[in-house]
Amino acid sequence: MCTTFNIWRRTTCCILLLCLCIVARAADTGPYGFGVTASPAAIAGIDIDVMPDGRGAPPGQGSYAQGRTIYANKCAACHGTDMATPVKGTGAAALRGGRGSLASGKPQKTVESYWPYASTLFDYVRRAMPFNAPGSLNDDEVYAVTAYILAEGGIIDQDVVINADTIAKVAMPNRDGFIPDPRPETF
Amino acid sequence: MSSKDGSGDYDEKTRQILAGMIEAENRAIARKQEQPACECKQGMFPATDRRGFLTRMAAAGTGTAALLGQGLAAAAAGSVDYKVQADPTREPGRPIGADDGYGSRSQFENEVRWRYPTATRESSWSMTPLEQGNGIITPSGLHFERHHAGIPNIDPARHTLTVHGMVNTAKRFSMAALQRFPSVTRMHFIECSGNGLTEWKKPTLKTVQGTHGLTSTSEWTGVPVATILRECGIEDGAAWILAEGSDAAVMARSIPIDKMWDDAVLAYAQNGEALRPEQGYPLRLLLPGFEGNTCIKWLRRLEVSDKPFMTREETSKYTDLVNGGKARQFTFTMDAKSVITFPSGDMRLPGQGFYEITGIAWSGRGRITQVEVSTDGGASWQTAELQTPVLPRCHTRFRFPWHWHGGPTILQSRCRDETGYTQPTIAQLVAVRGLDGHPLYGSIYHNNGIQSWAIARDGSVTNVHHF
Repeated sequence: MCTTFNIWRRTTCCILLLCLCIVARAADTGPYGFGVTASPAAIAGIDIDVMPDGRGAPPGQGSYAQGRTIYANKCAACHGTDMATPVKGTGAAALRGGRGSLASGKPQKTVESYWPYASTLFDYVRRAMPFNAPGSLNDDEVYAVTAYILAEGGIIDQDVVINADTIAKVAMPNRDGFIPDPRPETF
Repeated sequence: MSSKDGSGDYDEKTRQILAGMIEAENRAIARKQEQPACECKQGMFPATDRRGFLTRMAAAGTGTAALLGQGLAAAAAGSVDYKVQADPTREPGRPIGADDGYGSRSQFENEVRWRYPTATRESSWSMTPLEQGNGIITPSGLHFERHHAGIPNIDPARHTLTVHGMVNTAKRFSMAALQRFPSVTRMHFIECSGNGLTEWKKPTLKTVQGTHGLTSTSEWTGVPVATILRECGIEDGAAWILAEGSDAAVMARSIPIDKMWDDAVLAYAQNGEALRPEQGYPLRLLLPGFEGNTCIKWLRRLEVSDKPFMTREETSKYTDLVNGGKARQFTFTMDAKSVITFPSGDMRLPGQGFYEITGIAWSGRGRITQVEVSTDGGASWQTAELQTPVLPRCHTRFRFPWHWHGGPTILQSRCRDETGYTQPTIAQLVAVRGLDGHPLYGSIYHNNGIQSWAIARDGSVTNVHHF
């Protein structure tokens, strides 16, 4: 009788300890307090993305005429003066042409034919172009190059100024060209 | 048994590009021939058989002294060229510490990554030499690479990760702060979704390094992203997180927040030491089973949002144009795939007899449950042995004993994962997706088709299509 009682008491103790352990583990999920609060100024310094609805687009603007000059100086050496025939050996992509080619078996994926959002063009030029000096264009210059490429692609008129407001309103030809991942496929 | 080369109708430009790739692979094979190799490989790796090479050069009238004069004695990459002892039992070896405290591989081992002949060396990729791999871990120095604007050199003392957007408190973490959080260590593969892009229309590259070398497995250590999300507090309605690197491409991808909560890791260590610079030092995002491009290297920023950001790498690139002109987007998961790494392309079996067929299998959807091997071009399939540990979203090593009777045949492997998905043939993939997705290759991403290696009567192994 006494032994049985001891077993029960020990078992109860073990269960209680186990519960305490679980509670202790649950408490270990934080917060831990490591790291510091990121100030709005610190975030602004690296928060460079622009979304399709225009969120993140900075102040400033750019025109076709300004963009033409910047393109000639900073872009044409790789992407070609006509944007459709990149300079051999640079690895640069064609930016213009190829509209209607996506189902042809010889698809030409360019900004004009394939890219679904104008925001992506601004975002990419701002973050990664020119290839040899990324981040060297100011926001006005990026807006201007965006305007020039879009107009040369026949997507906007040459008199459209691109800014935080207008960039979300550009209707890209392949806007509806993307579908969700249907995989896993069945064979 | 019928075998075909796919005979895609390549135009002149395509032929030139493919010729460049084949030439790059041939250069890599030629470089191997210039390196010493141990005799234990019995001629199965003719490209690394030093004796065969010397014999060939002698036949061509080139003396050994001239060969040495050309720099043959130079140590293989990642090794130190120590004096070879005539009898290592008759003199002491080199003293401990001669390597300044960080070891290197033997000078007799010479496998290296080789680079695709892209236009620039900054936006390019290099392949893991799977054919010489053992087990499931890829040596850190042989882990495949894909960079879009070179490898940045980052001082970890100055590197920070900023988490902001739809969070209760935006926070910035130094590397020291991140390393104070509870950590996890997990073994996972990372595979570039472009792995095998040359192989859609016809067999193109010779070696398994060329056809499958954009996958590698490491043991990764870091902080679960979920821990950091809890630390900041996530607002209702958050659905996507932008992950951004601090390289010159400022590489950025939108990741579903469910994946971040589930098993994403902020990795600062690889195979027991800090990440290699080309793998994202000091911090990379690890998304087990997702295409390699999403595992953002040199990670500097996570922005929480309600919608995807539609960066260039998830619209213009890493989308899969299929027949009909529509493109699949956010095709994150790497489907189940396997490949025989021995024997594989450009090897030569020295004669009839026993060989242990071996290879790797992996799936982005979980564990590998079965690998089957065919030694008769798919007429029959037999179950291969899986080497433990068999881990989810990790390379799994398989082995299969085989007696080669000297006749021509075709070796294949196919795998199944724990979801029941079975690796398809390339023909099955093409039947669903078509070959209209790329003017050169027919398609680019997510080729997980069955690989076929043809064994000729002389023992030589070549890459073929065989469905």
